[in-house]
Amino acid sequence: MNYSADEIMQTIRMVQSENLDIRTITMGVSLRDCAHEDMAACCRKIYDKVTGKAEKLVSTGEAISREYGIPIINQRISVTPAAMVGEACDNGSFVDIARALDKAAAATGVNFIGGFTALVHKGFTKGDTRLLAAIPEAMAVTDSVCASVNIGTTKAGINMDAVARLGYIIKETAELTKERDAIGCAKLVVFCNAAEDNPFMAGAFHGPGEPETVINVGVSGPGVVLAAIRNHPEWDFSSLASIIKQTAFKVTRMGELVGREAGRRLGVPFGIVDLSLAPTPAIGDSVADILEAMGLERVGGHGTTAALAMLNDAVKKGGAMASSNVGGLSGAFIPISEDAGMIRAVEEGALGLAKLEAMTCVCSVGLDMFAVPGDTSPEVLSAIIADEAAIGMINRKTTAVRVIPVPGKKAGDYAEFGGLLGRAPVMELSPYDPGAFIRRGGRIPAPIHALTN
Amino acid sequence: MEAKRVIVTVIGKDRVGIIASVAMALADNQINILDISQTILQEFFTMIMIVDISGSSLGIRELQDVLTRLGVDLGMQIQAQHEDIFRFMHRI
Repeated sequence: MNYSADEIMQTIRMVQSENLDIRTITMGVSLRDCAHEDMAACCRKIYDKVTGKAEKLVSTGEAISREYGIPIINQRISVTPAAMVGEACDNGSFVDIARALDKAAAATGVNFIGGFTALVHKGFTKGDTRLLAAIPEAMAVTDSVCASVNIGTTKAGINMDAVARLGYIIKETAELTKERDAIGCAKLVVFCNAAEDNPFMAGAFHGPGEPETVINVGVSGPGVVLAAIRNHPEWDFSSLASIIKQTAFKVTRMGELVGREAGRRLGVPFGIVDLSLAPTPAIGDSVADILEAMGLERVGGHGTTAALAMLNDAVKKGGAMASSNVGGLSGAFIPISEDAGMIRAVEEGALGLAKLEAMTCVCSVGLDMFAVPGDTSPEVLSAIIADEAAIGMINRKTTAVRVIPVPGKKAGDYAEFGGLLGRAPVMELSPYDPGAFIRRGGRIPAPIHALTN
Repeated sequence: MEAKRVIVTVIGKDRVGIIASVAMALADNQINILDISQTILQEFFTMIMIVDISGSSLGIRELQDVLTRLGVDLGMQIQAQHEDIFRFMHRI
């Protein structure tokens, strides 16, 4: 037989008991040809283009899932940053663009559409300013539209005016969606060094350097890595790294196969596999559990950063061997609300924001899906963003902040989002005021290692 | 005609006639069995078949329907998956 029974049963076990799945097939669609000076016409062009290109996305994903026996959890769409698409409009509001995207998402059957985005790391254009102003209402009146703002890069430094403005935008978004524990903020990501081909939400957008359309795939497999580590409690780190690499290789190969096949059937070029370890609230599908299986009593304790660094690196090495086209974020995700082990660590006091920030230095992607008290000031939110962006800028990596100030709630309470977004314990923040620092404005200059030419 | 290879896995409690029933269902649909192996793992019967469906009027999805129904009758879990998933995962 070409395959051993063990190999075949291993694949089946990975899917059936270790939660192996394709997290998302994301179709990137360029909307650069949808610009129009009239907002209504622009929105019409956006709707027609997205629904035309992605018409068969969901049915194709479902067919592949069935034929290969691999669950494909989400089909999604990313589009050209809306600030660029709407730049030429001289009437209407950018909220109209969000509505058009939302309608297109519903028509195609995808659960999220990303790209209500502005890239402002060096400053604002007219379109950027209008898009930023529209974010709170856009997040409140749409279901599936995701917003992101890139406020810094290693090459450009950090736009602190944008950082300061985002503190207020996040607060306003929280206020407008307070009936649902500020769920609008769960759809808004602030990036440094944003990836142009990231298939994962809420930060997906179709970068300006991308082709007309593209298929990007995000795989997931914390449960598979967890099982591999649990089977070898006595191994040293070299052996542990080796088994993680082998596991990541297999998971990524599956992503590569699905991406190529989806691209072929849809007549769209295959872009990249994002080999991130993306947890879900399901038991056993947790990155925190992996770190604890490596020998930590609780994630957040001393040793956590080292464990995560090793895990993240081994995942990348295995994945890089498995696919010639690795991209996106590619690393371990450590969202709080979407990972049962992370939630438990916060509840028990094992994990605080300081350690979480340290962890983001060695993995993708950043401070993700964490809730903070509703009375947190905009300046504090901005300062959290600035800290995280500084880590990304100096370390030449993507970092992000997805923070949820939950109106009416304080440390120890919970924000409930449901589904893949999960639930988040409200975390305590430093009581000291960074207001004067944030209000300085201007740009933090690019670091010395930006001068590589 | 080019072979279209599908991996069929049958898992469940051992009993008389499992292989015969599955082989019969495949033969009824002109599906050729290329390879077959079976083991008993912790009292569970596990059979793996590599089959070629290129001569069959059934596509992989129709075959899955046929085998799912048969699995219900036999009290077994029967899956049919495109071969590529195993090739990609286990072969460089």
